[in-house]
Amino acid sequence: MVNELSEFVLVSVALLGIGIYGLAVKRNFIRMLFAVEIVINAANLNMVAFGRFLPHSGGQTLALFSIAIAAAEVAVGLALIIVAYRMYHNIDIADFRSLKG
Amino acid sequence: MADAVFLALSVITIGSAIAALELRSLVYGSIALMGTLGGVAGFFLLLDSPFVAMFQVAVYIGSIAVLILFTVMLVKRELIFKKIEDKRRKFAGIGLMLVLMVGLGAVVLDSGIKEITTDEPPVDFREIGTDFLTYYWPALILMALILSGAVTGALVLARRVDEENGQRVK
Repeated sequence: MVNELSEFVLVSVALLGIGIYGLAVKRNFIRMLFAVEIVINAANLNMVAFGRFLPHSGGQTLALFSIAIAAAEVAVGLALIIVAYRMYHNIDIADFRSLKG
Repeated sequence: MADAVFLALSVITIGSAIAALELRSLVYGSIALMGTLGGVAGFFLLLDSPFVAMFQVAVYIGSIAVLILFTVMLVKRELIFKKIEDKRRKFAGIGLMLVLMVGLGAVVLDSGIKEITTDEPPVDFREIGTDFLTYYWPALILMALILSGAVTGALVLARRVDEENGQRVK
């Protein structure tokens, strides 16, 4: 391998930081979904990197599971956005009053 | 040391991740998100996992990014360009991001991860198929059920029932 494991993990840390920033700052529902996607991709990158360097097939298998579950999550998230948009005509999460606990 | 391909991929991935969150228009933001997902697929290729890279392109870029684009198109035009955020909250968020990156980066670099190197050949993707059908078969079936449940749930949620005075109209 030309590249070291630590380099992949550092890229993954950077992606995680950007995703957490997006989740903390943005109030736009669609942008928050972008941030969640970025965090999930950081996790997948980590799993595949460790799976390559150990080497073990479990990393890739778990990454495949994670990608499939992320697809389900996005489908439900987008359906929720459409329902909330129909109810409030807005995508600002501060306006979604009936979703508050 | 990292080679040029790695550096280019990390610039594309991280740059378009920032662009996805910070670009004014949601449409361009979702296209930038495609760049991030493609960059991660490139990293998978560098890690000798072509099967996962192909899956990433097919599922993420092929379906999720397009789904997000279509949802963005359903939203009103002013809302696509409107930025909703506080200044103070934004600075706090940037601080949190920097603390997280520096802290986790220090932990990673300090953990002796640099000593992990490998000269072994990459995992053959046939092994993944065997894994799926032997050790992980309950998880595979569970995942299929979760996926079908999620897609059905999404369809039920997004369905529009046209009702007027309690009567369904066509």
